[in-house]
Amino acid sequence: MRGATAMIVAAGVVALGLVPVLAPPFYANLLIPFFGYAIALLGFNLLFGYTGLLSFGHAMFLGLGAYGAAVMAGENGIKSFEVVLLGVALAGALVALPIGLLCVRFIGIFFGMLTLAFGMLTHAILFKFYHLTGGDSGMRVPRMNILGLEFQAYNKIELLAGPFYYYCLGLLVLCGLVMWRIVHSPFGLHLRALSNNAQKAEYLGVRVYQFRLAAFVISAIYGAIGGAILGFRIGLADPEIVHWTHSGHLVFMTVLGGFSSFLGPIAGALALTLLQDQLQSITPYWRFILGAVLAAVVIFLPRGLAGIAGTGAALAKRRAAA
Amino acid sequence: MTAIVETKNVSKRFGDFRALDDVSVAVREGEFVSIVGPNGAGKTTLVNLLTGLLIPSNGQVFFKGTDIAGIGAVALAKRGMARTFQLVQIFPQLTVAETIAAAVVSQQDKAWRLFSKLASDGAVRARVREIAGIFGLDGRLKSESRLLSQGEKKLLDVASAFALNPEVILLDEPTSGVSTAEKHGLVQILIDAAKKAGVKAIILIEHDMDLVAAYSHRIIALSEGKVLADLPPKPFFADPVIIETVIGRRRST
Repeated sequence: MRGATAMIVAAGVVALGLVPVLAPPFYANLLIPFFGYAIALLGFNLLFGYTGLLSFGHAMFLGLGAYGAAVMAGENGIKSFEVVLLGVALAGALVALPIGLLCVRFIGIFFGMLTLAFGMLTHAILFKFYHLTGGDSGMRVPRMNILGLEFQAYNKIELLAGPFYYYCLGLLVLCGLVMWRIVHSPFGLHLRALSNNAQKAEYLGVRVYQFRLAAFVISAIYGAIGGAILGFRIGLADPEIVHWTHSGHLVFMTVLGGFSSFLGPIAGALALTLLQDQLQSITPYWRFILGAVLAAVVIFLPRGLAGIAGTGAALAKRRAAA
Repeated sequence: MTAIVETKNVSKRFGDFRALDDVSVAVREGEFVSIVGPNGAGKTTLVNLLTGLLIPSNGQVFFKGTDIAGIGAVALAKRGMARTFQLVQIFPQLTVAETIAAAVVSQQDKAWRLFSKLASDGAVRARVREIAGIFGLDGRLKSESRLLSQGEKKLLDVASAFALNPEVILLDEPTSGVSTAEKHGLVQILIDAAKKAGVKAIILIEHDMDLVAAYSHRIIALSEGKVLADLPPKPFFADPVIIETVIGRRRST
């Protein structure tokens, strides 16, 4: 990992690690969805930022993670969260494969619309098949063991704000390191090449279709893991998690943070989680303000929050050199 | 000598339009063959057939003895044929080193290595430096491709194709957009690079007859989808009918 990025990551991990110690449990609890989104967005941005495919239906994989956790833990009594994570990751890959086979044949708006259609289809299935999915009531996601420990002495809030918080932080670091290796691998280079110029890439031996599909499947695995965290936190998987507006939420976070940077989407997830919480406590018109923020980011900060950091770092470097 | 690339009675129709009609040409090992012809003669169609992009309506296209009709760009690259495009094709946001590395990764069959660190791969790095050195791009390895000059972009486009270690390279108007003064220099670089890389045959699509005359062993002229001539430069340029058809006037000496 490059020096500057490694320092930002280390500082970020330390700062996040101090939240449960220094801040009231409310804030640690608030940040659990951030971890879920950040992990999902690592995958989402492999598809969007690195491969050039913008999915408008990616929330279906978060839903798959949450519902997968409900089915495995709630219906089948699996107590280990690690087993559930592995299960939903596998399910994510298996579901993404046939959907991806169809979707990645297209690019641009056609890919976006197809993924949107699959997302809406998933929402309709979850909503209408009441006897299987609980319809709009959703399915309960029970409390699970983490690392084989039950934490019986902790109530749910204490569990979330303490052990589960650190567990999610560790999981984010682990998923981040794996993704860092992926984007800096020969495979990652070919993804960036095909995103830049697919025709040229093909003539250099880049398997454009297969690699788009592989990126789609990997992004689905990350989405499912993120979704399982969201489900664990709320204790419920309901159809709203796969609603198309939730897919839009993922796009929003990524654009806000900056999709051309590895850490951008994570910064976007953090910023939006905190911003949404603050706005909701101030005004019932918070969506209006979020919309205005998104518009402003697209117009004035096309590289997102990461772009500001990048410009700041470049200025500091120039000043130091002068 | 055996033909490395060959078309046998190839025709290609697009609806009612016959872009190529019963074309049989061959390129042998060690040859530098130019394909010329006026606009609409069928050059692009022939290139797309030779590179496995199109399937002929009739006839067959062979590369190293096997039929490559419609096999696609990736399979073709793997079998040892590389091509460049008339309009410069680069990866704007990739650096020079990354662009060449993309081809080297394909050539060394490392593309599915999801977790290996590319930057620590000595074999890839060495090959990237070697290719960049041949094309004089070794000082620009860390520059983003979009920031290169037009001439450098052209060199990078060709360099990345050479990085595949091809046996045959098809150059589609490599000097378009390059100043007249630089054209010979560029073609000379390409020929030297081809020799160093062990390329067995070069196919050049070119409008500039001076370049064609200077470097080709053989010239294939297409006109209205048919082979008008398949001759070495001397008899080719000595035939007034061919010259009249291909360039519409006598070539000045």
